[in-house]
Amino acid sequence: MARIAVTGDDAVALAAKAVNPDVVAAYPITPQTIIVERFADFVADGEVDTEFITVESEHSAMSACVGASSAGARVFTSSASAGLMLMYEIIFIAASSRTPIVMAIANRAISGPINIHGEMTDQMLFRDSGWISLFSEDNQEAHDQTIMAFKIGEHPDVLLPVAIGLDGFILSHAIEGIEAVSREEALKFIGGERTAELKLDTKDPISIGLLHLQDYYMEARAQIRDAQERSRQIIVEVFNEWEKLTGRKYKPVESYMMDDAEYAFITMGSSAGNARTTVDELRAKGEKVGLIKIRVYRPFFGDEITKLCTNLKGIITIERAHSFGGPGGIFSTDIKSALFNTGLSPNVAEYTIGLGGRDTLIKDYHNMYYRAKDAFNEGKNLPIYWWGLRE
Amino acid sequence: MPALPNEVSDDDFKTWVKEKWGYKKLPMAGSTPPGSSRFFRTGDWAAKQPKLNADNCISCLKCYFFCPDSAITMKPGNDGKLRPEFDYFYCKGCGVCSNECPGRKGEKAIYMEDL
Repeated sequence: MARIAVTGDDAVALAAKAVNPDVVAAYPITPQTIIVERFADFVADGEVDTEFITVESEHSAMSACVGASSAGARVFTSSASAGLMLMYEIIFIAASSRTPIVMAIANRAISGPINIHGEMTDQMLFRDSGWISLFSEDNQEAHDQTIMAFKIGEHPDVLLPVAIGLDGFILSHAIEGIEAVSREEALKFIGGERTAELKLDTKDPISIGLLHLQDYYMEARAQIRDAQERSRQIIVEVFNEWEKLTGRKYKPVESYMMDDAEYAFITMGSSAGNARTTVDELRAKGEKVGLIKIRVYRPFFGDEITKLCTNLKGIITIERAHSFGGPGGIFSTDIKSALFNTGLSPNVAEYTIGLGGRDTLIKDYHNMYYRAKDAFNEGKNLPIYWWGLRE
Repeated sequence: MPALPNEVSDDDFKTWVKEKWGYKKLPMAGSTPPGSSRFFRTGDWAAKQPKLNADNCISCLKCYFFCPDSAITMKPGNDGKLRPEFDYFYCKGCGVCSNECPGRKGEKAIYMEDL
């Protein structure tokens, strides 16, 4: 595989081109626009066989995706921030209709005040929808995960839509070297055609997505619950197969320098890159610190995280998102909950960083680390703190 | 894994509705075989059901025309006059028939009874 230099959005568009989906219905929104623009180029140039549906809004985009996927098509779309907000109703219907749509999200802050830059809250917001939700650290991961998402979502034990996050601008507009997967490899990996057992077919009609009231709604929702649970194993299997194909190793929860660590950063997406460099620099100074990276946000792999926390004195959660009035950070609340079930009680310091794309530099990670470590040495937890906020 | 809806026969579907299948047995995505609403007991939704006091019925057919679920059929009684018959399998107990019923001399022929 030849290395090419592309933006994160280009990396995702190239992945979609390799997959050659039956239908793409999408509406442009910064910082995802390049994905849709590039894909429109591929359609115009005859490089894909995709039916590209130009819609008038994101609500229509996701509706068209659900319709196409219900008819058995392999479907891709892309959005961000306010666009996601507009398709919100149909995001949940995509999950309940069991349509394995793949959506790349160039994670962007939510209005208001209006802002176009990076933040993960947009994708974390629909964690309760039934979608499988993954985040990317770099452009290669965004590329790879877009292809893997089809295989995960379309697995007969799963049949759920999959969202792939890449940090707005930080990844979506930054050029990095990636190894692009060819169409031949991609289709060999996920299968040339989607085989949908449950589909709308005029020759063999069924009804999908009917009214479910008090009598059947809980049963329908329980099926989504179980599909999410089954997806845990499928995700791991697909990651392992990907490693065989490309040599690139993926795990739902990844660790770096954790073997003898006493403290750990826990983060998600591109922040893991800064955290990794910080770990290297702190290790050079003799600090026993490691990194836990959450790749798969839903389903939440709590056991895998807590296993890594067994010998830790303290954990430092860093997330580019915030829940107003919440009991802490968004995923750090999940982590604390998972720890409760194990009886482990490392000290916890929680940080919200970089909302609306504000830079959080390596030196900030150093400072966040020492601030947390000082508290841990006194046996204290640090409640959620907005790093870099002016008073 | 649940069956596919197009593998569910009419008789299976009647059992499904009667037994109220659980999530392990139901097809996914809220899907059903075609035309299955014929077998769906919307009568389960009712909190009240219409009853007939035949003495007050003037066979005006208003209930028949107003019923939103076509759950009323008109059948001739012993005197040959048409009277409403309620299909409680579909009747959701909305009470429109009773509301519209003019009755005889201000006394309704259709009244709603609590379930």
